[in-house]
Amino acid sequence: MAEQQKKHRVARKQSDNIIEIRNVSKSYGTKPVVKNISLNIKRGEFVTLLGPSGCGKTTTLRMIAGLELPTAGKIFIGGKEVTEIPPHKRPVNTVFQKYALFPHLNVFKNIAFGLKLKKILGEVVTDKKGVSYQTFRKYTKQEIEKKVNDALKMVDLEDYGHRHVNSLSGGQQQRVAIARALVNEPEVLLLDEPLGALDLKMRKDMQLELKNMHKQIGITFVYVTHDQEEALTMSDTIVIMRDGEIQQIASPQKVYDEPANAFVADFIGESNIFSGVMLKDLKVEFMDTVFECVDTGFKKNEPVDVLIRPEDIYILPSDSPKAHIHAKVASSVFKGDHYENACMVGEYEILVHDNVQCDIGEEVGLYIKPSDLHIMRKSRIINEIDTEMWDNNIVEICEGKFPCNADFPSGTKVKVKIDFDDLVIHDDEEDGIIGGVVVSSIYKGSYYQCVVRADNYYSFFIDTDDDWLKGDRVGLSVSKDKIIVERLAEADNEQGG
Amino acid sequence: MNKAVNFFNSQFKKVKNFRITRKVFSYPYILFMLLFVVIPLVMILANAFMAGGSFTFQNFADFFSSPSGLLVLLESMLVGLFTVVICLAIGFPVAYFIAKYTKSGTLVLLFILPMWVNFLIRTLSTKALFDLMGIQLGLGTVIFGMVYNFLPFMILPIHTTLTNLDKHFAEAAGDLGASEMQVFLKVIVPLSLPGVVSGITMVFIPTISTFAISSLLSNGMVFLFGDSIYTKFNQGLYGVGSVMSLIMFAFVLVSNMFMNKFNKAQTAGRQLW
Repeated sequence: MAEQQKKHRVARKQSDNIIEIRNVSKSYGTKPVVKNISLNIKRGEFVTLLGPSGCGKTTTLRMIAGLELPTAGKIFIGGKEVTEIPPHKRPVNTVFQKYALFPHLNVFKNIAFGLKLKKILGEVVTDKKGVSYQTFRKYTKQEIEKKVNDALKMVDLEDYGHRHVNSLSGGQQQRVAIARALVNEPEVLLLDEPLGALDLKMRKDMQLELKNMHKQIGITFVYVTHDQEEALTMSDTIVIMRDGEIQQIASPQKVYDEPANAFVADFIGESNIFSGVMLKDLKVEFMDTVFECVDTGFKKNEPVDVLIRPEDIYILPSDSPKAHIHAKVASSVFKGDHYENACMVGEYEILVHDNVQCDIGEEVGLYIKPSDLHIMRKSRIINEIDTEMWDNNIVEICEGKFPCNADFPSGTKVKVKIDFDDLVIHDDEEDGIIGGVVVSSIYKGSYYQCVVRADNYYSFFIDTDDDWLKGDRVGLSVSKDKIIVERLAEADNEQGG
Repeated sequence: MNKAVNFFNSQFKKVKNFRITRKVFSYPYILFMLLFVVIPLVMILANAFMAGGSFTFQNFADFFSSPSGLLVLLESMLVGLFTVVICLAIGFPVAYFIAKYTKSGTLVLLFILPMWVNFLIRTLSTKALFDLMGIQLGLGTVIFGMVYNFLPFMILPIHTTLTNLDKHFAEAAGDLGASEMQVFLKVIVPLSLPGVVSGITMVFIPTISTFAISSLLSNGMVFLFGDSIYTKFNQGLYGVGSVMSLIMFAFVLVSNMFMNKFNKAQTAGRQLW
């Protein structure tokens, strides 16, 4: 019975999904942009693809639109596979980042562009032999005019039909672009950072308007942005991407309250993230203090990341019995509706948003509710690379030759492990053994955790004292005593050789 | 004495105040334009409206009443028209494919390369080739020569507009339901019109006004407007020659007007500065 129910649920779930992306990858040359992502989008949902620039969100959207073809994987729209189908045959329309309004057509003709091309069902004709078949026709002039005028009305540009597109302001062009896409009555509207070029005030207005439009029309919106606030305000579901991979798919609330990992926590809102150890269920240790928490199901002594939102920490007098930890105020800045206090707990820095103004150097007590501690599994606890020996005592890592203490002959397949804090980042790429690009840098209370992607696309996790700029090229090196080299099983070696 | 000192000082100040501003760099150019563009034009105007030292329309009457002169103009325009049509038919696809499928300018260079050879040498070699192949010289060979000479002027402006065309327009059209053919016809062709118009002008005007190509490639049988002006001046008929030059000038003005109109339609309302 339960089995049957489950099957039924699965079937219904499939029909609910307007877009299904299955194991899709995309690379340009050897450079992977999207790495094996899978994503289901429900009919009528407002889904936002969110992430820093270069995370593959726009590429994903363009693959849904058909403007890019995936290197691997399949895409379904409305249950039909569309992976190889050209854009003009897909039931989707796109609002482009720079609008891409046709400069040789006026507003009316821009909006009518899609309608004039569209073939719709005509009457059913029965021929002499009695075989009836469906005919197709184009929209009549009157139909087009009515639809375009309705679309103009929807975006509040009723009297602008005759205007030249280049004579419109950015916001108005944006509306025309939206009207031009929506007038075709697509099943899915794709929006590629549509508000990126507008000023702040206009952006806020358009956010609300888009949200209202979504409610009224009821079709699926897939929205791409790098603005976390925009994503939180508008979406039903947020898909957070980094480096071509999906980090979390959840509602805005869940993404904020229960981020899947340190990256998501850092990207959405302000946060304090600490490395800690889950001593046992309901007990976590970080900042050299043991805290009570509400999380269970971790291994004993499992290394974890702990997230505390600055607004979830309360400042108490230092002698208060409720205070968990004692801290010294390093700075206190008024932010309009709260004070942003940076407190030092030993060597750890913790950000606290509270209504209390503190003096610099003041001793305070901090209180955190157990339910406000959010424990996240670490995505990785050590850098592990399968590679081979270059020579005795030299191992090849990401096309660089690293001296190490492992006396294996050249060509031996090995597994190399390097701790996060054993890697050294060099400002000058030449100073390192290999070069790479800084992908992210997250503050963890007393140090920064950087992700550096080497040129062969392996991402190293590195703990450093400095904040490295995202997108910068840096050099990487490791002291030879810190490289742990393990010889892989004989079978692997023979297979490889 | 004092006056002299003051005068000297004021002159010295003037010299001292002379600064090299951007304006200064335009002086040689203005001088050049005056000497070689404005003054010749004024002389042509004067020649056209003067005969025997007095103002007259006689030169215009002479030209427009002679059927032979008008016939030459008509023939020139027909040759120009054919040349333009052929150049466009070859040039647009070439420019389109170069712009679409190649990124470097090597292929464009290949089409410009013949321009580095003097056009007289090119034309004479063409003629030698025709002679060698036993092809009779005539209108056909003249048009071939024209197309060969002026094709780069068609390809270059079209190629430039096509490469500068934002690829988002084509993507947007495809997204709105246009097949590849429809994208081409409804977006790419209209948006490349400024290049096409500029190409047409740059082929048409030289075609009707060059003189050597037509006479060389037809053994003097085909006589175009440019040749006609050349002979008129050679025979000392400056008046009629000037009138004919003015007609050419009018052609250039009209085509420039067209070009501006197309360019304006594309950038209407956009604040450039």
